[in-house]
Amino acid sequence: MAKDVIKEHEYQELVKKTEPKPNLIKNGIGAFVVGGIICTIGQFFLSYFMQKGLKMQDASTITSIIMIFLGAFLTGLGVYDDIGKRAGAGSIVPITGFSNSIVSPAMEFKREGYVFGVGAKMFVIAGPVLVYGITTSVIVGILYYFFGR
Amino acid sequence: MMTKRIGTQTIKFQSPPSIISRASIVGPKEGQGPLKDYFDEILTDDYVGEKSWELAESKIFEKAVDLALKKVNLKPSDINYLFGGDLLNQIISSSFAARSMQIPFFGLYGACSTMAEALSLAAMMIDGGFADYTIAATSSHFSSAERQFRYPLELGNQRTPTSQWTVTGAGATILSKYGNGPYITYVTTGKVVDLGIKDANNMGAAMAPAAADTIINHFRDTGFSPTDYDLVVTGDLGRVGSDLLYEILAREGFDIKDIHMDCGLEIFDESQDIQAGGSGCGCSAVVLNGYLLSEMSKGLFNRIFFMATGALLSTTSTQQGESIPCIAHGVVIERFLN
Repeated sequence: MAKDVIKEHEYQELVKKTEPKPNLIKNGIGAFVVGGIICTIGQFFLSYFMQKGLKMQDASTITSIIMIFLGAFLTGLGVYDDIGKRAGAGSIVPITGFSNSIVSPAMEFKREGYVFGVGAKMFVIAGPVLVYGITTSVIVGILYYFFGR
Repeated sequence: MMTKRIGTQTIKFQSPPSIISRASIVGPKEGQGPLKDYFDEILTDDYVGEKSWELAESKIFEKAVDLALKKVNLKPSDINYLFGGDLLNQIISSSFAARSMQIPFFGLYGACSTMAEALSLAAMMIDGGFADYTIAATSSHFSSAERQFRYPLELGNQRTPTSQWTVTGAGATILSKYGNGPYITYVTTGKVVDLGIKDANNMGAAMAPAAADTIINHFRDTGFSPTDYDLVVTGDLGRVGSDLLYEILAREGFDIKDIHMDCGLEIFDESQDIQAGGSGCGCSAVVLNGYLLSEMSKGLFNRIFFMATGALLSTTSTQQGESIPCIAHGVVIERFLN
């Protein structure tokens, strides 16, 4: 019936044409500013620890740990999702966003218990990133071993 | 035989059931929206003292039915049938509520169209002579729907401008063969319509063709036209879906723009950050039982076509890349019988 009034492909085109688009400029600015602030905070810690005499590698490990903590902490306070609403990729891409993607399902599924809730659901969003991230790094490592040296 | 059927999808009741009581309960966010004065109860705590969102939703379902019963001094044992549904897997909110209420229960799943589906069946039950009193009730809860259909609440992601916000709320309507209106006079049952939309974040676009289909068939079956109604109400097409509905109807020569109202657009205002509008079984249920029926009793509307729309997808079908089948059920509510 509806298909007699409007053809499927015609309707899909109409939808594509009329649907509101995300505001690229506003979202871009939000991501740029928030992402920049997060990275600046990270840089602050990195410089601070290096100034205290830590080696680059140790200082960046500690910085990562602090940033992961901050992401988890703000998620627990219920602030990170408000930041993410405006910042988009600006708060998803940094390591704080990775932390948020693990802590938020862990909090959400606590009612289902510590094993099947928290334990099983914790990586429901971050899982694919881990799987493909680790796989890619292994492949790159092998390539480097044979051709890179 | 079949004297009550008209056309292909419509029933005209011989002894139209009367709406004798109604109740609506909404969450805190809905309680800040433009319709806040129409609701019976606005929750201050959307957990309602329960330990999970699912139990909270079930509790408001039960509270809405209770409240509707209390308003007319009826007990659960006076009710012959409860028709109810919600969005959660295996409709646990309604079933858990029905467990404690002990009213003979038909559980329904029509996604966000469930309120109109429940009203249709509850009305048929009475007109058919199978019941004196029936209840139609539905619920939805933002937080239980988010965790089932989308992401954890605290995940910092961005909503697309076409996405909709699930309403926290429950509505219950009591129908009876006795009573002085408003009456349910016609029911047009929808068919599942799918024009190939796959974006689960754009349910308004997916549902608009189903809504158009039911409206067009309703007009064809009954011979009515938009001028016969004070209001054509859709459940939760939102901004995107409403515009698409006008576009499809225009091709058939119908213009409902001036008399159209979408529950999803009325329940929140722009400043509440809800993108394309509200949605959920509770959305049309609370707008009907809060705003619409109350304004009807005051005489603002005399004849409305209430049509709730539902997107019949699941997280599995979405992940498997299937398009979204949709449905819309309509009921005609009239203040007086001619």
